Amino acid sequence: MAADVTAVAGYRQPPRKLSDPVKRALGYGALIVASALIMLPFVWMIISSLKTNNQVFTIPVQWIPDPVVWRNYLDIWTAADMSTWLQNTLVLSVTVTFLQVLTGSFAAYGFSKVVFPGRDVLFLAYVGTMAVPWQAYMIPQFIIMSNIGLNNTLWAIIALQAFGAFAVFLMRQYFVSIPDSLCEAARIDGMSEYGIWWRIMMPLSVPAIASLTLLTFVNTWNDYLGPLIYLRSPELRTIQLGLQTFIGQYDAEHALIMTGSVLSIIPVAVIFLLGQRFFVEGIATTGVKG
Amino acid sequence: MATTSVDQIHGGPGPSVPVPPRPLRRSRGRLALRNTLVGWSFILPNFLGFGLLTLIPVVTLFYLSFTSWNVFGTAQWVGLENFQRLIGDGSYHTALFNTLYYGVFHIPLTLAASLGLALLLNRKLRGVAFFRTVAFLPYITSIVAIAAVWNMLFSPEFGPINQFLTAVGVSNPPGWTTSADWSMPAIIIVSVWRDMGYYMLLFLAGLQTVPGELYEAARVDGAGAWSRFRNVTLPCLRPTTFFVTVLLTIGSFKIFDLILVMTGGGPGQSTLVLSQYIYNKGFVENQFGYSSAVAVSLFVICLSVTVFQFVWNKRRDA
Repeated sequence: MAADVTAVAGYRQPPRKLSDPVKRALGYGALIVASALIMLPFVWMIISSLKTNNQVFTIPVQWIPDPVVWRNYLDIWTAADMSTWLQNTLVLSVTVTFLQVLTGSFAAYGFSKVVFPGRDVLFLAYVGTMAVPWQAYMIPQFIIMSNIGLNNTLWAIIALQAFGAFAVFLMRQYFVSIPDSLCEAARIDGMSEYGIWWRIMMPLSVPAIASLTLLTFVNTWNDYLGPLIYLRSPELRTIQLGLQTFIGQYDAEHALIMTGSVLSIIPVAVIFLLGQRFFVEGIATTGVKG
Repeated sequence: MATTSVDQIHGGPGPSVPVPPRPLRRSRGRLALRNTLVGWSFILPNFLGFGLLTLIPVVTLFYLSFTSWNVFGTAQWVGLENFQRLIGDGSYHTALFNTLYYGVFHIPLTLAASLGLALLLNRKLRGVAFFRTVAFLPYITSIVAIAAVWNMLFSPEFGPINQFLTAVGVSNPPGWTTSADWSMPAIIIVSVWRDMGYYMLLFLAGLQTVPGELYEAARVDGAGAWSRFRNVTLPCLRPTTFFVTVLLTIGSFKIFDLILVMTGGGPGQSTLVLSQYIYNKGFVENQFGYSSAVAVSLFVICLSVTVFQFVWNKRRDA
């Protein structure tokens, strides 16, 4: 036995031992080059946000700001209406996420754990609309939104984002994987369907809820087209819309534009770094199963 | 029981099924009714919003495309007139061409970049989680910030990209977003940079399903790295690659917001794409009917390409 193992090891070890450190170094080298290239725009954004406006474009590029202009991070609040924009965006993102998770998981329970005629046809309608690009039906949607009087209010964005088919789809995929026998047992014990949803399905679905929460929050925070179409008044602007109008008005204020960009990314980056695991799982489950 | 169901399948008259006693039947009916009510009560809160703002718009889209309608007045049925107009509309052709131009480069480049990243990250190296985070960061960054920083990087005279190109000996570096010839390549570069982290995650998930024994076997047979990639990795990844390609294709046809904030479709019409043409006709020129016809064409193209990919994939499997 022992002889066998050493024989096998002896046969396979030498080429590996020679190439492993080299391979490892090559692997790291490639990774470092790739991530440096990917990070370059972010690096440029941050260093430019700490320069005076004249220093942003120099030949050659000045990679270390001198002097470091922290003032930009104070000036941006007076130069632009950042606080209103951030406040609107925060209100929208939180409301949309809350409603989306609530109504999405509620509907998902109906689609996965209650059997009734017409259910699967209805679900097909949900999935079917996911295949239609939003750009294709944004105009009829706009007409309906205007007719019910939500145009140019924050409610328009809430109504637009909070009832998406994607949330129902994601939550249903997860609910389906939870055995029906759990629900049956609870029913026999006299628990109502709503009780089963709240006390059994929701606690068991924390990873899916976390994925959905993070994805919805980030999507709403980053949405540009929805606010562009529905929010006309300056006091309703979200951070994306506000930043874009600021860029349009002061396109020579390079340093401040970069400062605003950094500030608009920070909340999303923090949320992403904290909940990265759930992002990855959410994408892997909806992506590969869909 | 078994004979009954067989008879029913064959459509024969079948033996008379004993009528269940009345009370049981009624309670079954009540159970079904109760289930329907309970089921709908779960779905309704979401369905109110979904039905009104997604389902109805999707359905009315097709109706609108056969009408002539601006903000004033009501929709007039004009039959196929809008679609006939599409055939002779030069701007529509430009938008269609640009959308295809974008797709032809964006799809394979993103596919290659995301697969490459996934292969790099699919090893047991220390710090892999950090690199994965870095690769995914562009995807969660807002379009507005992305456009702002890339427009500066691409700045023709003082931008770092052209400075680098000049330094390595390119005598006449491209004008990027200010030039009609180079604006679309600039958009493609940015969108590959942005999307590759997302598809990399799908590939990483796919790579987990490749059985390790296959690599061992290939190694024992003396297969080199390239041969292992071609004969083990790629075939095992086929389902993932197919799925990523479908997603990328749909994504390419939908490209809009990045272009809107980076170039606004310009210079001229050099980056005008279908989605933006829908937007321009609908929201800028208020031609709801015609813009819906463009939207229907976008939907039909998207759908037929996807169906074609599925059929082709099936045939390759067979």
